[in-house]
Amino acid sequence: MKAVTAEHLVKTYDKGKVRALDNLSLDVEEGTVLGVLGPNGAGKTTTVRILATLLRPDSGAATVAGIDVIKHPDKVREVIGLSGQYAAVDEILTGYDNLVMFGKLYHLGNKNAVLRANELLERFSLTDAAKRPIKTYSGGMRRRLDLAASLIVRPKVLFLDEPTTGLDPRGRLDMWGVIRELVSDGTTLLLTTQYLEEADQLADEIAVIDTGKVIARGTSNDLKRQIGGEHLEVAVNQVDVARSMEIIEKIIGSKPKLEEGLNSISAPVSTGTSALIEVINGLTSAGINPLDVALKRPSLDDVFLALTGHKAEGE
Amino acid sequence: MSAIRDTAVITQRQLRLLTRVPEVLIFSTIQPVMFVLLFRYVFGGSINTGQPGGYVQLLMPGIFVQTVAFTLAGTASGLAEDMKKGLIDRFRSLPISQSALVVGRTLGDALLNVVVLTVMGLAGFLVGWRPSTGGAKIALGFIFLLFFGYALSWVGALVGLSAKDFRVVQNVSFLVTFPLTFLSNAFAPTTGMPKLLQYFAEWNPVSTMVAACRELFGVQNVFGATAGSYPSQHPLITSIFYIFLIMLVFVPLALRKYRKSAG
Repeated sequence: MKAVTAEHLVKTYDKGKVRALDNLSLDVEEGTVLGVLGPNGAGKTTTVRILATLLRPDSGAATVAGIDVIKHPDKVREVIGLSGQYAAVDEILTGYDNLVMFGKLYHLGNKNAVLRANELLERFSLTDAAKRPIKTYSGGMRRRLDLAASLIVRPKVLFLDEPTTGLDPRGRLDMWGVIRELVSDGTTLLLTTQYLEEADQLADEIAVIDTGKVIARGTSNDLKRQIGGEHLEVAVNQVDVARSMEIIEKIIGSKPKLEEGLNSISAPVSTGTSALIEVINGLTSAGINPLDVALKRPSLDDVFLALTGHKAEGE
Repeated sequence: MSAIRDTAVITQRQLRLLTRVPEVLIFSTIQPVMFVLLFRYVFGGSINTGQPGGYVQLLMPGIFVQTVAFTLAGTASGLAEDMKKGLIDRFRSLPISQSALVVGRTLGDALLNVVVLTVMGLAGFLVGWRPSTGGAKIALGFIFLLFFGYALSWVGALVGLSAKDFRVVQNVSFLVTFPLTFLSNAFAPTTGMPKLLQYFAEWNPVSTMVAACRELFGVQNVFGATAGSYPSQHPLITSIFYIFLIMLVFVPLALRKYRKSAG
C-alpha cells in the first residue's frame, strides 16, 4: 500500500512567474523511506509543505495514509509528523517544556504529556539538557529535539525536510543513527536532502528532483548504475603506469582510464573499500608504491551532470 | 471544547515565557511607568487644566489607553518571531484548532495587560492620580481598556502574520500606534491642532477611549471636543462600537492570514 501519493502537483509563486512545482508526482510505499534529492530551490520544501497540509497546490492531488491532503487536511494532521529545515521549537522554553506543550496540543492529557516528554528526551539523549532553554542547545541537539517533537504521537508518516543541513559531521552521524532507528520501527519516511550520501545511507528509494520535476527515480544502486557509481583513483610514478594499469584491470575486471599528464588511473568499482584494499595489496606486492589512492563517491553534482547535463544549480 | 484547551495551552506557553524571560515583563511595565512620570512632571507643571487634582487626573486615562494600544506591537512582533523560527509551521501541522495559536497569543497579551495596568495604576496613585468615581465605574474603565487592547491585538496579529521581516513589523506597528495615540486628546487639548487634525482627533478611537475612561474615572474631559461631534458627546457608545468594528474586521482577516501563511 502507498503511504504517500502525489500526482501532478503544480505550485507557482509570484502570480505564476516562479514555477516551484511543475507537474511533480511521487509516491512512498508504506514502511519504506523515500529520499527526495535535489539542490536548493528544486521544490523539495514546497513538496513537503503541500503533503504536510501547510500549502495548497495550484493543481494536482495528494494523499497521506490514504487521506486526501486537500480535502481533509485536519485528518492528515492527525497521522503525520513534520520536522522542518529550521528547528521549529520555542527557543526560550526548555526542551522539556516544549515537548510537554506539544504533547498537550496532541491532547495526550497532562500526565501522559509529561510521560511522553521524558520518554522522548531519554531516547534522544537529551535528558541532561531537558531543563535548559533551547537557545543553549547545539545545532544537533535542537534538531533532535525538533525530531522528538514530531514523534509525540507515533506518526504513520514522517516528513523530514533536510534534517542534517547545517549540522557538523558529528551531528550528522548522530542524526542518521536516530533516523535509522526510527525507520527500523516501521515508520514511513519521506526525507529531503541535498546530499547524495545521505539519501544513499537512509533511503530505500531515491527521487531526484530538479526545477519542480522528478527527473530520476530508483534505488540508490539504480541511480549509481546510471551515473557510474564509485570510482577508484590511483596515482603512481610514470615508470609504473603501464604495469599498474594491468594489475588494476585484472583486479577490477574492466579497463581502467588513464589521465596522461597526472599519471592518474581511474576505474569504476562496485565493492567500495574492499576493491580499494585489493588494489593497494595488488600494487604493493608487485613492488609498486602508489603516490595517492582514493575512493571517489559521486556527488550531487555528478548525479545532476549525469542526469541533466548541467550541474546542480543552487539559488 | 478541544479548541479552548488548545488555546489555553498556547496562552500558558506565553505566560511561561514571561517567567523565563522576566525582562519582558519588567520592560513592558517600566516603559509606561516612565511615561507616567515624564508626562506628569514635564508637562504637568505647564498645562493648566483648571480641574481639581491637576494634570495627572487627565493624563492617566490617556496613558492607560496609549499603553494598551501598544499591545498591537507586542502581538505583532510575537507572531512575526514565531513565523520566522518556523514555529507556526509546526503548529499548523498539528491536529489542533487552526485558530488556537493566534487566539492564545492575543489572550496571553491581554493577561500581560492586566499586570501592566495594575502596576501603572499603582504608579499613578503614587504621583497623585485619584479617580473620584466608585469602584464599579473604575473597574468598568479597566475592563474597557482591556477590551480595547484586545481588539488592537488582532490588528497586530494581522501585521505580524503579514510581514516577512521582524524589523518591518516593528516599524509598521509604530507607524500605526504613534499617530493614533498622539493625534488624540490623550496628552494635550485638541483645540490647538489644525482644523483637519482636530476632526481626526475627535473621531480617533484612542480619543473616544480616553474620553470614555475620563468619564468613568470622574474627570471632566477638558482636552476633548470643541466641535461637539458625536464621538466626543458619546465616547462610551462610540468606543464600544469601535471595539466591535475592529474585532469584526481584523479577527477574520488575521485568522485567514494565519491559515494561509505560507512562510
